Amino acid sequence: MKDYELIGLLFIVGLALPVAAILAGSILGPRKPNRIKNDTYECGMETFGPTWVQFKVQYYLFALVFVVFDIELVFLFPFAAAFDKLPLYAVVETVVFILILAAALVYAWKRKALEWF
Amino acid sequence: MNGFDISNLFLSIGQVWTEWLLQLGLSAGWVSFVNKLAGAVLVTAFAVGTVVFTIVGERKLIGRIQDRLGPNRVGPFGLLQTVPDVLKLLTKEIITPANADKVLYSIAPMLAVASVILIWGVVPFANGVMGVDLDIGALYFVAVSSFGTLAILLAGWSSNNKYALVSAFRVVAQLISYEVPLVLSLLVPVLLAGTMSMNGIVQAQAQGWFVILAPISMLIFFISSTAEVGRSPFDLLEADSEIVAGYNIEYSGMRFAMFFLGEWIHAFTICGLTATLFFGGWRGPFVDQVPALGVIYFLVKMFAIYFVHIWIRTTMPRLRIDHLLDFNWKFLVPLSLVNLIVMSLAARLTGMPRADAALGELLPYWGVLLGVNVVLAAVTLYVLGVVGSRIRRRQEAAREPEPAVTGP
Repeated sequence: MKDYELIGLLFIVGLALPVAAILAGSILGPRKPNRIKNDTYECGMETFGPTWVQFKVQYYLFALVFVVFDIELVFLFPFAAAFDKLPLYAVVETVVFILILAAALVYAWKRKALEWF
Repeated sequence: MNGFDISNLFLSIGQVWTEWLLQLGLSAGWVSFVNKLAGAVLVTAFAVGTVVFTIVGERKLIGRIQDRLGPNRVGPFGLLQTVPDVLKLLTKEIITPANADKVLYSIAPMLAVASVILIWGVVPFANGVMGVDLDIGALYFVAVSSFGTLAILLAGWSSNNKYALVSAFRVVAQLISYEVPLVLSLLVPVLLAGTMSMNGIVQAQAQGWFVILAPISMLIFFISSTAEVGRSPFDLLEADSEIVAGYNIEYSGMRFAMFFLGEWIHAFTICGLTATLFFGGWRGPFVDQVPALGVIYFLVKMFAIYFVHIWIRTTMPRLRIDHLLDFNWKFLVPLSLVNLIVMSLAARLTGMPRADAALGELLPYWGVLLGVNVVLAAVTLYVLGVVGSRIRRRQEAAREPEPAVTGP
């Protein structure tokens, strides 16, 4: 746990830097808000309709496929870290594990989840 | 106390500093805290300080490649160009759009900077000269870099702007998709080194860099890390000609500058990681006798890779989103899965020699791994050729026949 003290401090310093910069910017810069300036910037025209709408679902199919692989990767890290102590049998088992997930990719591919339309 | 050892400059400075703190009468706990704080500040200062130079350097280089001069007005050769740029951004008004989700809108730029600075916590500059040698360094990098994705997604969504929203969707599609081949290829050096610690991975490259053992992994890592940074040819997030500026369109002044800063730090950070994982990090001639040289070797390798990065950036046109996703899911992901399987089987079947083994023992091992990579590359190119010509034939067949020309 001692190792992570520096990471924690780094996170604080890393956040303090932008906070300080933005504070300095807001002190040094002018502050003259008006209704037109605070409006949404879309090519100078008045914005039309709500922004937070239902959008093309395609983007989320990729996110779902990603979730499958991200979980797989978390399982593969211990395998890779312990690799030099593993017997061949364990390596072959991991290969089978990877192949099962490759089958998921093939399934998604065949069901046209990876097509852009 | 041992004497001040110039060959191990950085660790010696650390020792002298610690002893000085102890003489001031601080307790050991406080000294350790102050040391860690100093480390964090130094790492941050390094990251931000380097950006000042890389911005000028990159603009100069792009200028040269495009047959222009680049910045050449402020200071000698335009080297001080960044100073007036920062001053200008400092004195700009910070606008918060009336319709934005204010909390998320102001958190996003801070996260964008913090996430890339956090990566530098585990990058080794020289043997032992690093923020902290986490034993899960590689996993930590993966975890922290997804913070950056989150920051861009937050910015795009909270701005309440349609261009920014399209950019946020592209983040979902692009950044997280390219994380899969990135991590799959990152697993290969971890596997060859048998450790997730970044310094351990560099130490394991004592006899040969991993780029020799796993060139395909290096290429996949390089390509997908370019996509992770979101730069040309993968700059769909902020494609100026399509969605104006993408996720940072509603940001102004220092808040905009923070996204800019984060992106530029990320660009050379990813090059530093490529150097660490595949090009031997701080390894180089005489580094065992003079450890301080490691910093120079690391920086030289990092900037050499950064040069290639800029070169690609100025040469390639932007990809279309469906091409981009096809390239990832139908080429890079299957290839990196096969690559991982092949590499792990090859490394296990040849029996990995110890890192300090004699050259005679190592050469067959290197030969097998390099040979496996060459075969895999040849098979990949062949499959690509077959699939490509089949697709081309189908497109030819589907094309409607030209209307016959009848008379004048």
